[in-house]
Amino acid sequence: MTTIILFAPLLGALLCGFGYKWLGERAAMMTATGLLFLACLLAWIVFFSFDGQTESRAFFRWIVSGSLSADWGFRLDRLTAIMLVVVTTVSALVHLYSFGYMDHDVNFKEGESYKPRFFAYLSFFTFAMLALVTADNLLQLFFGWEGVGVASYLLIGFYYRKQSAGAAAIKAFIVNRVGDFGFLLGIFTLYFLVDSIALDDIFAAAPTLAETQVSFLWRDWNAAELASFLLFVGAMGKSAQLFLHTWLPDAMEGPTPVSALIHAATMVTAGVFLVCRMSPVLEWAPSTLTFITYIGAATAFFAATVGLVQNDIKRVIAYSTCSQLGYMFVAAGVGAYPVAMFHLFTHAWFKALLFLCAGSVIHAMHHEQDMRNYGGLRRKIPYTYWAMVIGTLAITGVGIPLTHIGFAGYLSKDAIIESAWAGANPAAGFGFVALVVAAAMTSFYSWRLIFMTFHGEERGDHHAHEHAHESPRSMLVPLGVLAAGSILAGMIWYNPFFGDHERMSAFFGLPAHAEAGAEGHGEAATEADTHAAATEAAEAEPGHDAAAAPEADHAAAAPEADHAAAAPHAAAGAVFFAPDNTVIDDAHHAPVWVKVSPFLAMLLGLAIAYWFYILDPSRPKALAENQPVLYRFLLNKWYFDEIYDAVFVRPAMWLGTFLWKKGDGATIDGGINGLAMGFVPFVTRLAGRAQSGYLFHYALAMVLGLLFLTLWLAIRSAGQ
Amino acid sequence: MNSLLSLITFLPLIGAVVLLLFLRGDDEAAAKNAKLLALFTTTATLVLSLFVLVGFDPGDTGFQFLEERPWLGGLNYKMGVDGISVLFVMLTTLLMPIVIGASWHVETRVKEYMIAFLMLETLMLGVFCALDLVLFYIFFEGGLIPMFLIIGIWGGKERIYASFKFFLYTFLGSVLMLVAMIAMYMQAGTTDIPKLMDFAFSSETMSVLGITVVGGAQTLMFLAFFASFAVKMPMWPVHTWLPDAHVQAPTAGSVVLAAILLKMGGYGFLRFSLPMFPVGSEVMQDFIFTLSVIAIVYTSLVAMMQEDMKKLIAYSSVAHMGFVTMGIFALNRQGIDGAIFQMLSHGFISGALFLIVGVIYDRMHTREIAAYGGLVVRMPVFALIFMLFTMGNVGLPGTSGFVGEFLTLAGVYQVNTWVAFFAATGVIFSAGYALWLYRRVVFGDLIKESLKTIRDMSRREKLLFAPLVAFTLLLGVYPAVVLDVIGPSVAALIDHSETALAAQATTLAQN
Repeated sequence: MTTIILFAPLLGALLCGFGYKWLGERAAMMTATGLLFLACLLAWIVFFSFDGQTESRAFFRWIVSGSLSADWGFRLDRLTAIMLVVVTTVSALVHLYSFGYMDHDVNFKEGESYKPRFFAYLSFFTFAMLALVTADNLLQLFFGWEGVGVASYLLIGFYYRKQSAGAAAIKAFIVNRVGDFGFLLGIFTLYFLVDSIALDDIFAAAPTLAETQVSFLWRDWNAAELASFLLFVGAMGKSAQLFLHTWLPDAMEGPTPVSALIHAATMVTAGVFLVCRMSPVLEWAPSTLTFITYIGAATAFFAATVGLVQNDIKRVIAYSTCSQLGYMFVAAGVGAYPVAMFHLFTHAWFKALLFLCAGSVIHAMHHEQDMRNYGGLRRKIPYTYWAMVIGTLAITGVGIPLTHIGFAGYLSKDAIIESAWAGANPAAGFGFVALVVAAAMTSFYSWRLIFMTFHGEERGDHHAHEHAHESPRSMLVPLGVLAAGSILAGMIWYNPFFGDHERMSAFFGLPAHAEAGAEGHGEAATEADTHAAATEAAEAEPGHDAAAAPEADHAAAAPEADHAAAAPHAAAGAVFFAPDNTVIDDAHHAPVWVKVSPFLAMLLGLAIAYWFYILDPSRPKALAENQPVLYRFLLNKWYFDEIYDAVFVRPAMWLGTFLWKKGDGATIDGGINGLAMGFVPFVTRLAGRAQSGYLFHYALAMVLGLLFLTLWLAIRSAGQ
Repeated sequence: MNSLLSLITFLPLIGAVVLLLFLRGDDEAAAKNAKLLALFTTTATLVLSLFVLVGFDPGDTGFQFLEERPWLGGLNYKMGVDGISVLFVMLTTLLMPIVIGASWHVETRVKEYMIAFLMLETLMLGVFCALDLVLFYIFFEGGLIPMFLIIGIWGGKERIYASFKFFLYTFLGSVLMLVAMIAMYMQAGTTDIPKLMDFAFSSETMSVLGITVVGGAQTLMFLAFFASFAVKMPMWPVHTWLPDAHVQAPTAGSVVLAAILLKMGGYGFLRFSLPMFPVGSEVMQDFIFTLSVIAIVYTSLVAMMQEDMKKLIAYSSVAHMGFVTMGIFALNRQGIDGAIFQMLSHGFISGALFLIVGVIYDRMHTREIAAYGGLVVRMPVFALIFMLFTMGNVGLPGTSGFVGEFLTLAGVYQVNTWVAFFAATGVIFSAGYALWLYRRVVFGDLIKESLKTIRDMSRREKLLFAPLVAFTLLLGVYPAVVLDVIGPSVAALIDHSETALAAQATTLAQN
């Protein structure tokens, strides 16, 4: 069944991309979509029937060289199961949506078959994403990782006539490659240390890695820290975290369904998935976890500030995505991996919903994307309006405080904020504050989007407003499904992801020790609980030291008995908690003020947005004029693009030209020409005469020369 | 006695002789016949070479299909293949029919053109099969002549300059190699390559002109061979002949140059430098790493700024060859496996990229990037194929380009993380130059008046690309077809080198 899930999209991509001439355009698109719905159905069956036990299967060998060996395979555990439903569901809905959205695209001329190509890319993307999440070794994961990168590149550049689309596509690919550069080095580090790139071997060796020093560049590093840091650099690229985020807003050049599928719900969350997937290693790398928390929190804050002032409807949502990904990384950084996955899961619903709604608005407004030209659309496109309001309620985290009743984002985002508060690493405090502030800004920009688009007066082109129309049913059905998910996903899955310790352990297939820790876990027994965990950690320490110390240079692949005792079944379960990681429990016991703080922040953001865009619409402009420096700073996205252009792009181009003209041209060729002309004057004569066209003469001369040399050798050897 | 290898090697030469002696006339029919005969000969060679592949036993790390005959003046004619060379033979025989097919529209001196290519095939196959020093030298240097003629006669405007630059560079390198060969012969008393591989050349530290040479004679011989192989690779800083040669060469010449001739340097390192001068190789390891890394970063940056498509691809070839030399001198399994894989993969990918340039050059007669743009509008098949090979060039997993890059980097990481770090930046730069080229040529709107009537690829052109596409994908998804063949021989090579180094270490300890 899992095999069908994986290959149905690939089959769809091939049939649709290469077979549309035989099948006919519409049939080809239907085939791709049908296969995806099939994959989606099967994925949900797998999700519900999965029993928590990790299964792996190998199809056939991929790269095998000495001890380096990687198969094409399939790994099914809870993380995979979650990602399977997220990816196939959103993808299936986006396929369906695209029937309406991509019909009659103005970027293509009459008679150009662009639709099958679009569907083929979407299906290919889905296949690559599934290959990523089902990988059983780092190499296949990297295959999926780069595969989704290419699909993203092709889809961002889908409107190939637009220069800006081509530029954005390249930018996305190259910035991602910067991350991949780190990812690759991380793989090499792990292979060097563990002598394997299979996930199970790496997980088993993780406790040893924590005790190993490895030399990298100018100094020695803790092996677990180094490897997880390098892998996280990859995650930063793919998930558009601060410093490697610049490609994501530009990626909005792609058609809107693509933004929903790739640049909101699935591909960009691959980094979060990677971090959770590697949790057995990360748990031994406290400094890297701290770094992840800092980056995540800083991204959540930074992207939210930029989102406050953007006018392009898609860019607002893009920055919102960037910011929400930061939330997920904070959760992962403090060690609450299930919570990170929870937000990934709920975010997929409401962010895909928001993007598809934005697409519906853009469709209605004839590809106008500037919100300053919207206004009052709620009467024209009521379905879209209500769907988008639901999405906004979900992303801003509306719910009933201190209960578990609310929209999807309410449950998952609050869980993250509580985890950040409870987190033990040095960045957790900063994370908590940044996330609460970002929650207020999230609420502000999300409601600003609603108010500017659907409320107030009609602005901009009169014609566009007159012709604004509700989207066709193929677009509205996905909105309905996603809206239902945005309402319910949080409430349904709150307990297995976060709320109930035992159910969470069972859901993620965690080994016995976690459940044992949870047993003494009564409502009032917080201290006892922490205490028990502390003792457990203390007990684990000695065995672990003794075993790991001798493994100085090359860690063994097979786990030794002592390790198994120190880290019970490191490889079992979809995520791993170090014995001293109690963040989830601690988060459950967060004080009331912590639990209500995101709610209050949300209300604040909503209130200000209401004041600015409903009550007093002249206020934002006045504020911008009042604070021109700050406004321009935010509008220009903190000048990251300009800085990168000045620091990386221009110098690289200058250096390229310099090396070409001065290095190759003047120095190397100049030197060689000088040598040739100076010391071998007959060369010039040769060259001079050669130009008269007697090339064969010189060839002949050379043959004779060679013959002479050969003969000389032959005679010498004969003489001996 | 088995003479399959000789048959494969000399079949193209026989074809050339037949053309030379029996084909008369300058008319169109004669030209057509010359093309057909060349195509037939190269195809027959390919078919014959399949017997070698089928009969080859990867488990046997020695030389197979051995032939040995006395030859002029007591010299030996000796041929054979092992896991390292057999796939280069296959690469050559597979690509030659494609190369001939790509020359279907040559109009000047068709007969001579085909003769040159057929001779070239014989000489290239000879390089990969020869197991005698003198024989190898003749094939290795002889290959220069047809290539020199191909560039010099059928090349572009600056062909004379380019062909002489090509010739001088490669020839000067070879002179030093010849000197080293004579020195080897004097020390070992044989020109038999398998025997030389087992011979321990002196590696005692010695002093030349007051300079202390660690590794002694081995290091000096290594350097002499290095001079020749480095030019052929080409390694930085002796790479500047390559862009000029590529730009001036006709399409088919570029394909052969990039896909096969460049592999002779890497093959030479594996056949001579590593097994015969293990001490010298180890002494020079860091030096080669440095040059490789410079090649990767430097030429990638230069490639980015090129305005001529062929030059851009030529520079990217130099960068890719940097991965090869780096992998070879990592002296471990992943490094060398990766290096051989990278060479084979580059044979398909760079060959295809030069063919791609040829496709639009045939239509527009310019290689200037700025003259194009928006080709996807009228040439969707071309755009698709170009995209595939661009991604191969970028080293996307799933194409053959990834496997070599990944393995060489994984190999070198175990030896030197600095080298791995800087070389890995190549994955960023390659995306830069390759995708930028693609964007400028294929994406954008088709607004240039001259391009409005450009036609998509013909059936002949599609047919030429079919095998290249198939191999690029096959080797990307199931590289075991190559790695299984080369693996045992590579393992044996590393064993051999490690044993030699250990022996040298004991000798040093005893002294």
